Amino acid sequence: MREQEAARGEAQEPGPAPDPDAALLERLRRGDEAAFRTLLDEYGPFLMRLVMMHVPSRSIAEEVVGDTWLAVLNGLDRFEGRSSLRTWIASIALNKARTRGTREGRILPFALLRRRYEEGGGPAVDPDRFQGRRGERPGWWASPPAAWEEPERQLEAAETRDAMLRAIRDLPPRQREVITMRDLLGWDAAEVCNALDLTETNQRVLLHRARSKVRSALEEHLEPKDEEASR
Amino acid sequence: MNRRANQMLTCREMVELVTDYLEGRLDDSGRERFEAHVAECAACTLYIEQMRMTIAALGHIPPETISPEAERELLDAFRDWRPTR
Repeated sequence: MREQEAARGEAQEPGPAPDPDAALLERLRRGDEAAFRTLLDEYGPFLMRLVMMHVPSRSIAEEVVGDTWLAVLNGLDRFEGRSSLRTWIASIALNKARTRGTREGRILPFALLRRRYEEGGGPAVDPDRFQGRRGERPGWWASPPAAWEEPERQLEAAETRDAMLRAIRDLPPRQREVITMRDLLGWDAAEVCNALDLTETNQRVLLHRARSKVRSALEEHLEPKDEEASR
Repeated sequence: MNRRANQMLTCREMVELVTDYLEGRLDDSGRERFEAHVAECAACTLYIEQMRMTIAALGHIPPETISPEAERELLDAFRDWRPTR
């Protein structure tokens, strides 16, 4: 946990930090097992998180993460350090996870339909929740959001976390990848653009769609249940 | 749309600008218009607060870990990999 916090702090700095990578790489190439353990400790948790967002089970995720590490070892000599080590490892993991996720048939027809809609844009909030042109104030809320009940306690609850993770898994793949890296792993925008080969604007659009969907899932989960009366 | 440029943003427009705002990507006039709406609209203030809470909550989800068995296998794989070098 502490290490993840440190990694988050690091991600706020602009650009990758080449020096720690270089020293670690040097030791890895010499076959230093302690260096490999460091790598596993530092990057293992984020790889599992990233991969689990793409495949249906933990056991498959572990397989994919295992394959990723083997590919990392085999590619070490060819890694030129143009991106950070973390970005490079993430790209390998994502390629493998995408392939495996598709093969496992995780994408259902319904999700596919929705994806076509969402990947191209689509509103952050259901348009029906705003007043129409004949309303008193067109474009202003007709059904405004309600305050969440005990958000501090609820947002940390396991049940709520599961709801958030489910919402992320239901997103179209690119939105899922962006929000996982930005908000679950705490990477900065530049690093995500680099790992996913996105423009800054595109990254932000995908993040916006994804965050809006997760908020909306939380709304269903946390809003006072007597919805009809409160609107 | 026959809306003047300095007219108040609608809530429907606001919810599409939240990420640009939070990421610091609105220009000065965009930010001023965004904040002018917030000052007047409790519902959008709540909406933005919920977006912030969502982001914070996502950041608090604990990391995943691999099982000790999987880690052992990886260390074995590393030892196998080393001698070939």
